[in-house]
Amino acid sequence: MKKSFFSKQHQRLITDPMGDQNPITIQVLGICSALAITTQLANALVMTLAVIFVMISASMIISILRNSIPNRIRIIVQLLVVASLVALVDQILKAFLPDASDKLSVFIGLIITNCIIMGRLEAFAMGNKVWESFLDAFGNAIGYGWILVAVAFVRELFGSGKLMGYQIIPLSWYDTMTVDGVEKSFVYFNNNLMILPPMALIVVGLIIWVQRSKNEELIEND
Amino acid sequence: MDLVNIFIKGVFIDNMIFAYFLGMCSYLAVSKTVTTANGLGLAVIFVLGITVPVNYILETKILKAGALQWLGENFIDVDLNVLSLIMFIAVVSAMVQLVEMIIEKFSPALYSSLGIFLPLIAVNCAILGGALFMQERQYSTIIEATSFALGSGVGWYLAIVAIAAIREKIRYSNVPPPLRGLGITFIITGLMGIAFMCFMGIKI
Repeated sequence: MKKSFFSKQHQRLITDPMGDQNPITIQVLGICSALAITTQLANALVMTLAVIFVMISASMIISILRNSIPNRIRIIVQLLVVASLVALVDQILKAFLPDASDKLSVFIGLIITNCIIMGRLEAFAMGNKVWESFLDAFGNAIGYGWILVAVAFVRELFGSGKLMGYQIIPLSWYDTMTVDGVEKSFVYFNNNLMILPPMALIVVGLIIWVQRSKNEELIEND
Repeated sequence: MDLVNIFIKGVFIDNMIFAYFLGMCSYLAVSKTVTTANGLGLAVIFVLGITVPVNYILETKILKAGALQWLGENFIDVDLNVLSLIMFIAVVSAMVQLVEMIIEKFSPALYSSLGIFLPLIAVNCAILGGALFMQERQYSTIIEATSFALGSGVGWYLAIVAIAAIREKIRYSNVPPPLRGLGITFIITGLMGIAFMCFMGIKI
């Protein structure tokens, strides 16, 4: 029986990782490089694009090669394929987006050891055909990306009052008033805590809370 | 004194987990009990202490712009920095394999306690992160780089043992069901990170 090119099963490969099989909140993959760069939305978007590109290409390459990779050295082969792709991305960013490249510094390099990529290569691309691997990689990269973008959105909006570098919170909200010779702000403060690294973890923790309270099946028992 | 400073900085101020989130995947996955966390933490210190110096030699003798000068005057303009990512990860995975074989041969007891964690470490972001930070911060001697590596390793070890101890205790508390497991671990790590931030800005 021949499956259609875009069957129900194929759709699930894309939609599952966005929700109930999300790589970050459920599978606990790829947290390492994800959180440090979410202080600004623009960085998160660049990172997401880089991961989508690397993941799709790596999945397809590994899927094509899957029958000729000796089992014993598969990890090293996977690492080398991913590392070459990441080196490519790194060079492209350095050439065309030097600002973003500066800000992301080592975290582009760390895409190599991003557990999502290795995890999906190992769990999916090694055993499935190219088209399925493509869909699975795309779905997981998007699932990773939307968490990244959501966290960055919250952190940039509340941390610096901006989105993508544009002021969102009206500047007049920050107005100060002089009381007894001391300048005081009454209306609105940026929450500087949001810019600090630990808040990324707490924001993700809250996303997990919301997600799991909506779907009882995801609750862990220990 | 510089060496001690670099070490302390690696442990507390630039802590791999709390300041850079490196090695979070294994940190979250292997922190259910203190004994396993202990094993993985020691293995990370060990592997970092070996791979960073090796990568340092690679960086200064081969990859850096002009580093190939020792081959002769013709090589003075060669810049192989493009290859650094590939070389570093190759070194890391090769070293992990090698270390695994050596330990298995000479210390079966240590092997059986670290055994399952060693292969995992090749894809631990903290190890590659150590190499990349070493490259970015440009330590002047190999001893400084090693001191940085050991400091980061010890910082990572402290973090994973601390969270494992907390997770063992938290089983007795009444956490809201949707937060159980992963969620509360994230939030506790965040709070620990805030606590660790009191070390920021300390100049030793």
